[in-house]
Amino acid sequence: MSESYMIKVEKLNKSFGDLHVLKDIDITVKESDVVCLIGASGSGKSTLLRCLNFLELKDSGNIIFEGEKVEKETHDLNKVREKVGMVFQHFHLFPHMTVLENVMEAPLHVKKLPKDQVKKDAQDLLKKVGLSDKENVYPSKLSGGQKQRVAIARALAMKPDIMLFDEPTSALDPELVGEVLSTMKELALEGMTMVVVTHEMGFAREVADWAVYMHDGRIVEVGHPEDLFNNPKEQRTKNFLDSVL
Amino acid sequence: MDLFTKFIDTYPVFLKGMLLTFQLTIVSVFIAIFIGLFFAFLKISRVKVLEWIADIYIFLVRGTPLVVQIFIFYFGLTALDISQFWSVVLGLAFHNGAYIAEIFRGSIQSIDKGQMEAGRSLGMTAGLAMRRIILPQAFRRAMPPLGNQFIIALKDSSLASFIGMYELFNVATTYGSNEYDYMSYLLIVAVYYLVLVLIFSILVNMIEKRMASSD
Repeated sequence: MSESYMIKVEKLNKSFGDLHVLKDIDITVKESDVVCLIGASGSGKSTLLRCLNFLELKDSGNIIFEGEKVEKETHDLNKVREKVGMVFQHFHLFPHMTVLENVMEAPLHVKKLPKDQVKKDAQDLLKKVGLSDKENVYPSKLSGGQKQRVAIARALAMKPDIMLFDEPTSALDPELVGEVLSTMKELALEGMTMVVVTHEMGFAREVADWAVYMHDGRIVEVGHPEDLFNNPKEQRTKNFLDSVL
Repeated sequence: MDLFTKFIDTYPVFLKGMLLTFQLTIVSVFIAIFIGLFFAFLKISRVKVLEWIADIYIFLVRGTPLVVQIFIFYFGLTALDISQFWSVVLGLAFHNGAYIAEIFRGSIQSIDKGQMEAGRSLGMTAGLAMRRIILPQAFRRAMPPLGNQFIIALKDSSLASFIGMYELFNVATTYGSNEYDYMSYLLIVAVYYLVLVLIFSILVNMIEKRMASSD
């Protein structure tokens, strides 16, 4: 039990009306782990990710974050979310703010840190994702890849302990996927704990410590990406991999 | 030529009427924006009772003529020693608030759900995300219909003449009846309204342009 896990999910169930989307999910993410969730659309992987930062609330089961069982009745979920960064498929940058303001927004107004420090941190983050020259530009003037890198910087600005990525490259033109993946790769190398819903098998193979295959609301198979991709044990995993690779 | 001399002869009185029209409109719309925002929040609160309250308010306003509302406010509020000016202003604000509530509700709901989620994912409370993320975008989107409502309110303020306020329209009909020449003064007052509406339209356009500079 002394193993330092970041998030542990036990017997998680979630339904939307009659639709049972997550069925008895068990998953453990250790510190500095990079976990890729793969599976067909509708398999529940995005919902699982959204449960991890409580954008969706579970019906039953436990979510244990940094050793604490988090329940909406006993915990301020906003405080928990401060430590869980999220990057969305469609970026969701704030269009009425410049790139720099987007990155500064949460540290300034949620953490209420002093502006000078927040600004400096934001500039450093933008430098890190290679967008220093775009500080004063509004999001509408950016390419998809640039938007997603700003979104990553915006999430990192809260200094989260874990980053969740919900199909971060699915809305991008093919030629822009690489710049986002390399930013994520860099982050993984720095030791960030990451859970990534992705269709980028190359990224999963190269960067992930674990790949998790989901089907119909259940986790079918978990393994090191090489093993999972090369020698899937389950027929369903094999079928899925045949269809995407 | 005759019309032009009449215009010149009467402009000091008309300008006074225009000032009153202007005051009635500005003050009532200013209050209506707060009323509208309040009821828009009730409508999106997802609390049934609050939604009903908003629905009833909007039903009452939409279901009765403005002139009736103004008279009710006038007789009701002046009985409480509230001035004629303020009873008309509150009547107009009550009326416009309902339409502005619908404008705000629509513009708030038109903002992509992902914006709220992005805010929440950064640790914002729902209230903070509403204030920092949703409302600034919703206001921008509400500007064109809000400007439109403003112009409607400006013209509706002419109904204040029915309770004897010397705003533009009352000035015109008073001159008209005194001089047995309604048509000239109605044409003159139409010009005053057109100029006011034109000025407002230009102002609204400028605000919209400024707000749109980031898109």
